[in-house]
Amino acid sequence: MILEAYLLLAAALFSVGLFGALSQQSVVMVMMGLELMINGVIVAAAALWFFVSPERPDGQVLVLVAITAMAVEMAVGFAVTTAIFRTRDIDVVDSADDLGDRDR
Amino acid sequence: MAETVVFVVCAVGAVASGVAVFVLDSMARATFALLASFLFAAVPLLLLGLSYLGVLVVLMMVMEMMVMVVFMIMYMMNPAGLMPMSMLHNKVGALAVAIGTFAVLAAGVFLVPWPAREGAVPADPTLLLAEAIMGPHMLVMMLVGLVLFATMVASVVLSTPRGRYDRYGDDLRRARPDDPIDGGLGR
Repeated sequence: MILEAYLLLAAALFSVGLFGALSQQSVVMVMMGLELMINGVIVAAAALWFFVSPERPDGQVLVLVAITAMAVEMAVGFAVTTAIFRTRDIDVVDSADDLGDRDR
Repeated sequence: MAETVVFVVCAVGAVASGVAVFVLDSMARATFALLASFLFAAVPLLLLGLSYLGVLVVLMMVMEMMVMVVFMIMYMMNPAGLMPMSMLHNKVGALAVAIGTFAVLAAGVFLVPWPAREGAVPADPTLLLAEAIMGPHMLVMMLVGLVLFATMVASVVLSTPRGRYDRYGDDLRRARPDDPIDGGLGR
């Protein structure tokens, strides 16, 4: 097993997640894309730890931080979804573009 | 040899089920495809000897996707996939950006001269991680704990239907909050 194979897997996961985050209309599906992107980061950090500096714990600590980021993203994302759905009945990102600069 | 076969199967499985998330019509099925993708991606972590972090990813993802499937069915208009439908915007642009990103990342993977490995893999990587986050990397652990606590508070504040204007009036001048049940001691 070589480092490149793991990094290629991470790049593929990141790109699939990026496609989802950019193309999906539903807020929940956008969050799924973000989770896939973070998952790519986890795989890449673990592979770099194992193949580059296994005696130092930095790579593992980065994996731990990425897992936490995933949990935070999921919890706050659903809370924001609930808040915006409660106040304005919005469940797709296209309706929540108030801060965009496009003409209405 | 066996490791290579397991890695290839899991890598292909992880990417394929990741793609399936955005292809399937049913939202419940998409959530379980995402769960499959996470489980497949956790196997390479286990292959690297990261037993603690690999099992942590598996456990967290199983629970997270169980919660997510509830939210998916709550917030999606087509939870069971009974009618084929597409909820995409700018599909071509997103596809181009994703493929371009993958091309750049893959080129980087093969063009960057990665450094040679320094030192040997420790017998117990979990011990290495534990000693790090309870020793020289303790700041990371403290920040993670603080952020998770802030997340709990923030998600409750965001998802509760009553805000501060409901409790303290439109000008926030009410002396005591107007709550259905008074909080605090001595109720």
